[in-house]
Amino acid sequence: MTGKQVTDERIILAHGGGGESTRQLLSGHVLPKLANELLNPLTDSAVLDVPAGRICLTTDAYTVQPIVFPGGDIGRLAVCGTVNDLAVMGARPIALSLAMVLEEGLDLRTLDAIMDSIASAAKEASVPIATGDTKVVEHARGDGLTITTSGLGLIGDGVSPAMGRVGEGDAILVNGGIAEHGLAVMSAREGLGMETQLLSDVAPLAGLVAVLLESGCDVKFLRDPTRGGLAGVLADLAEGTSMSIEVREADIPLTPIARHMAELLGLDPLTVANEGKLLAVVAADDADKALAAMRDHPLGRSAAVIGSVTDASPPLVELVTRAGGRRIVQRPYGEELPRIC
Amino acid sequence: MDAGRTQRLVEKIHTACEHLESVRLMEVCGTHTVSLFRSGVKSLLPECIKLISGPGCPVCVTSQGYIDAACELAQRDDVTICTYGDMVRVPGRSGSLELQRAGGAKIVVVYSARDALKFAREHPDRKVVFLAIGFETTTPATAGMILEARRLGVGNLFALAAHKLVVPVMEAMLSAGEVPLDGFLCPGHVSVIIGCDAYRDVAGKYGKPCVIAGFEPANMLEGILGLVRQVAEGRSEVENVYPQAVSTRGNPVAAQWVGQVFETSPAIWRAMGEIPSSGLDFRPEYRRFDALEQFDVKTGPDYEPAGCLCGQVIQGKADPSQCTLFAKSCTPVQPVGPCMVSSEGACAAWYKYNRAQS
Ligand code: SF4
Repeated sequence: MTGKQVTDERIILAHGGGGESTRQLLSGHVLPKLANELLNPLTDSAVLDVPAGRICLTTDAYTVQPIVFPGGDIGRLAVCGTVNDLAVMGARPIALSLAMVLEEGLDLRTLDAIMDSIASAAKEASVPIATGDTKVVEHARGDGLTITTSGLGLIGDGVSPAMGRVGEGDAILVNGGIAEHGLAVMSAREGLGMETQLLSDVAPLAGLVAVLLESGCDVKFLRDPTRGGLAGVLADLAEGTSMSIEVREADIPLTPIARHMAELLGLDPLTVANEGKLLAVVAADDADKALAAMRDHPLGRSAAVIGSVTDASPPLVELVTRAGGRRIVQRPYGEELPRIC
Repeated sequence: MDAGRTQRLVEKIHTACEHLESVRLMEVCGTHTVSLFRSGVKSLLPECIKLISGPGCPVCVTSQGYIDAACELAQRDDVTICTYGDMVRVPGRSGSLELQRAGGAKIVVVYSARDALKFAREHPDRKVVFLAIGFETTTPATAGMILEARRLGVGNLFALAAHKLVVPVMEAMLSAGEVPLDGFLCPGHVSVIIGCDAYRDVAGKYGKPCVIAGFEPANMLEGILGLVRQVAEGRSEVENVYPQAVSTRGNPVAAQWVGQVFETSPAIWRAMGEIPSSGLDFRPEYRRFDALEQFDVKTGPDYEPAGCLCGQVIQGKADPSQCTLFAKSCTPVQPVGPCMVSSEGACAAWYKYNRAQS
């Protein structure tokens, strides 16, 4: 490959130098895809008109290997992750920022594909990328591409999901099959050959949350179980409320392929990461209504009521297994690793 | 899964136990330990059945001396360690491999021996040492890796080998006679490789029923039912409730690979010391892959981390909850011994899934 082609096709340090190369990178590969009223002026900060009320602010840094995985890529992940952090607070996302650290040598076609998926995820979530930044780091110093997104959201009147509102008898719902993101990424990273069958669930949940909030249900608590899986969120809930939780394994959505792969790797699907799952706690009387509302939304077609909050003591998460037995569910330590044999 | 079917099996087990005061069954393998807890099967059994975890968690039975040798190798600038994830966090004399990695040592987690070969081929400038541990389920993969490395002429791949054999340790425990046992729940995946016949002496000579089962809840219940019935009727046979996968003789191809690279040798087991013919060592023709010989390291003495009962736990002499450190200063976040580190370890399974400890 000639030197010219290298500069044409790959990220070089000059792209981060702030000069003409930077301008070309931005105008050729970044800005056209994200164009919107807030971003277009390219001022140092975006200026937003915000109605009176409560605002949510969140930020998250994203690294993932491989940066493109079955069902998504780091760009989609970075948009959805931050949108979801706002959504589970009951907020409607109104603007995101996007900071990208590009590694020297990154293929520009990969960058283009990732910018496309950032744009489409933002569109899906109806949120503009209002401001951003790019930097370039030397080869082997940046994992290809890392992204930080921050998000602003508006919380509607009367909306206040909070752990403190959770009470005995409340129903616990989840919007669909669990463990898919973690298993898809692991499969791609380790070349386990299931990449075509198992896709990450990475998706923006703001629309689904809006539907749920508008359904008139008493929504007490929302969380998107990411790393640590469903187990992590349930453990947080039991700990935070000092109440017990009972969930039924048979009711927790899990596709046969995800179940098979988790079994193969010796992983408990409850502890595997998700990126498009919503756990909702609603008043017991509203369980059916909430379920119907979720199932009406494309991201909630296989939603299910998986369990309830109980006053059993000590406060624990208990799983009624498919076999009819019982065991407790704990927050996993760090990343769960596949077993040896 | 059909909850009705598991229910019926549970009822049969209760019936079979009616006249038995206590039945002490050892699940040899860590995968069974975890599956019995995770599936809730343990909670369905009558009180008279005591399930005891055996020496079948690959990380747990590995001697501390091996961990220390691995850490010593990791400190060499020219060496990259390729290892199964569970090994990374086992504490050794000078910290764990995880700590070494934080200090700059090159440690790569792999999912199979094949990945270590791939890594070695992609990094010809590194000396790659694969931490080859595990039972009959992983030995064929290690042997395959070495045969393939030899065929391809890969000169920078080595194995720190401490593979172990399941049946000799069962027999050693029975000979020692320190743990009263009424039967063994034998691991399906190991048995796929070694076949039913391998347990003949345990059932015949030692008079302990052996039932081979897979890891599905219903299949584990069938295995336990088989054992309880044998105990109740005073029989001692090798029974296979996992016939879809396990044959009488095992897998001849796997046996041939392993036999080409390794020969049976004495092996050091955590807390149990040296057990004759319970491990595998390189055949002379394959010594150039032996990390011990090539790097001139020694596996030091075995010892227990202070206060840790892992050595007792893996022999069924103590339950994890009998360890004074359990769930106090020893947790999955801050493990003291390997039984709390490994996803197959009895202490980790008790901690994660057992309500009683909380
Ligand atoms: S609880 Fe910890 S210290 Fe005690 S035996 Fe288990 S691993 Fe060892």
